[in-house]
Amino acid sequence: MTGVRLAKPWLDLDEAVIAALPGQLGVYEIADAKGGTLELGFAGGRSRFGLRSAIAEAGAKHEAAARFRYEVTMQYWSRFEELLAVYLADHGELPPGNADRGEQRVGRLGVGSSCATGD
Amino acid sequence: MDFELSPEQKLILETVRRFVREEIEPLEADLDPDASELPPHHRERLVAMTKELGFYGLDIPEEYGGPGIDLVTRTLMAFEMAQHRAGLYAPCYGVFGGAGLAQLYEADDGQKERYLYPVLRGEKRGFFALTEPSGGSDPARAIRTTAVRDGDDWILDGEKTFISGADKADFGIVFARTDPELGRKGITCFLVDTDMPGFRVRRIVHTLRSTHYAAELEFNRVRVPGRNVLGEVNQGFAIANDRLSRNRIPYAAGCVGVALKAQEMAIAYAKTRKTFGDYLSTRQAVQWMIVDNEIDLRTARALTLEAAARADAGKPFRTEAAICKLVASEGASRVVDRSMQIHGGYGMTKDLPLERWYRELRIRRVGEGPNEIQRLIVARDVIGGSFH
Repeated sequence: MTGVRLAKPWLDLDEAVIAALPGQLGVYEIADAKGGTLELGFAGGRSRFGLRSAIAEAGAKHEAAARFRYEVTMQYWSRFEELLAVYLADHGELPPGNADRGEQRVGRLGVGSSCATGD
Repeated sequence: MDFELSPEQKLILETVRRFVREEIEPLEADLDPDASELPPHHRERLVAMTKELGFYGLDIPEEYGGPGIDLVTRTLMAFEMAQHRAGLYAPCYGVFGGAGLAQLYEADDGQKERYLYPVLRGEKRGFFALTEPSGGSDPARAIRTTAVRDGDDWILDGEKTFISGADKADFGIVFARTDPELGRKGITCFLVDTDMPGFRVRRIVHTLRSTHYAAELEFNRVRVPGRNVLGEVNQGFAIANDRLSRNRIPYAAGCVGVALKAQEMAIAYAKTRKTFGDYLSTRQAVQWMIVDNEIDLRTARALTLEAAARADAGKPFRTEAAICKLVASEGASRVVDRSMQIHGGYGMTKDLPLERWYRELRIRRVGEGPNEIQRLIVARDVIGGSFH
């Protein structure tokens, strides 16, 4: 059983790093230089080159984007939903890049600061 | 059994078929292959269409405003509504509306005001929580979640797992043990609001089915008022059991639906794809796969309609529901598997819906009671007695 948070190392958002990414499906997090999350997303079945193209496209949308992290998974939809729910529980709002989804369409997980056992 | 369609049924089915092919399938070209939701503007537009057609809220009883469609016709419609990529778990992306949780129709007036009517108006969402980490196939013995009376209230403690929709729900129907000495007669059903202190959705359970995922729940001294007992104290198992039998018919119908579409795709591909100078459809190996598909399909379709017809006639249908669930889930799995084989490499890709159906159908042999349990039910009914 893995933790519910995306516990992968941060990588710099530059062309060389992105070019070396796998073309597999998965989830990602785009952040600014201070680690503030700008967007959570997934590379799904329609992505041209999986995580490589999805992260490049998402990074280009945010002027402040400086780094990212990702996780390869075929269960990208449920993992993405989980990451959104965890973020909402932790911060009380969605990342700026996901705000248009609407909080009412995001699940509620008991993993926020009020839940001592949530990891 | 005669399943000649009436003119009204033919019209209904033609309408639903056209709706799926003209309204649903084109949208899927732009959606992620694993999506189970439509963008809100498309959803609103299509819900308006189903309301205009008089098909919204198909499973709502007529006395609560539903269209009053018999189960055979509803099953025939389900065959059609499942014939698209998301069709197994999200037929037509839910734009025909839901009926909520069937148990709520047995609720008292106060409970109907607080739960049933808001669900029917689309204001509240519920979940059904029976399965626990200790097991789901034998709930009478496996339920370890306890409910202990405290004045007028009950205190719930325990865990549930593989519960769909709990993270986005307002309340749940939760089964707990209220008398440890009474086995299946010691289970009570509670209506638990998700904002009650001590209730927590602990994590999402990631499975082969990426959308419509399930979750793991925790009940830590959740105080539930006595007015939230659904039905009678210690009579909860009957509520659970009734739901399990009835649900097996639409569950089977969804399997038949995607298998029908997989067979249609396999035949079309076999007629256009050439190998060694001729079409796949001329190869006996491929012909036999298509024939085996047809046998599986016709068997599952007939048995599912038979179960629906018995339920419509008010006859016992537990055996028929168990048989159609297991035959449809196993048969549809074989149909999709063969259709993938006929499509070769393309059959494995997310360009086609076959790989999604393949993954999701695997769950159908376990969901709503594993097929071994269905065989056990049939064995009990045809041999008699009670055994394990």
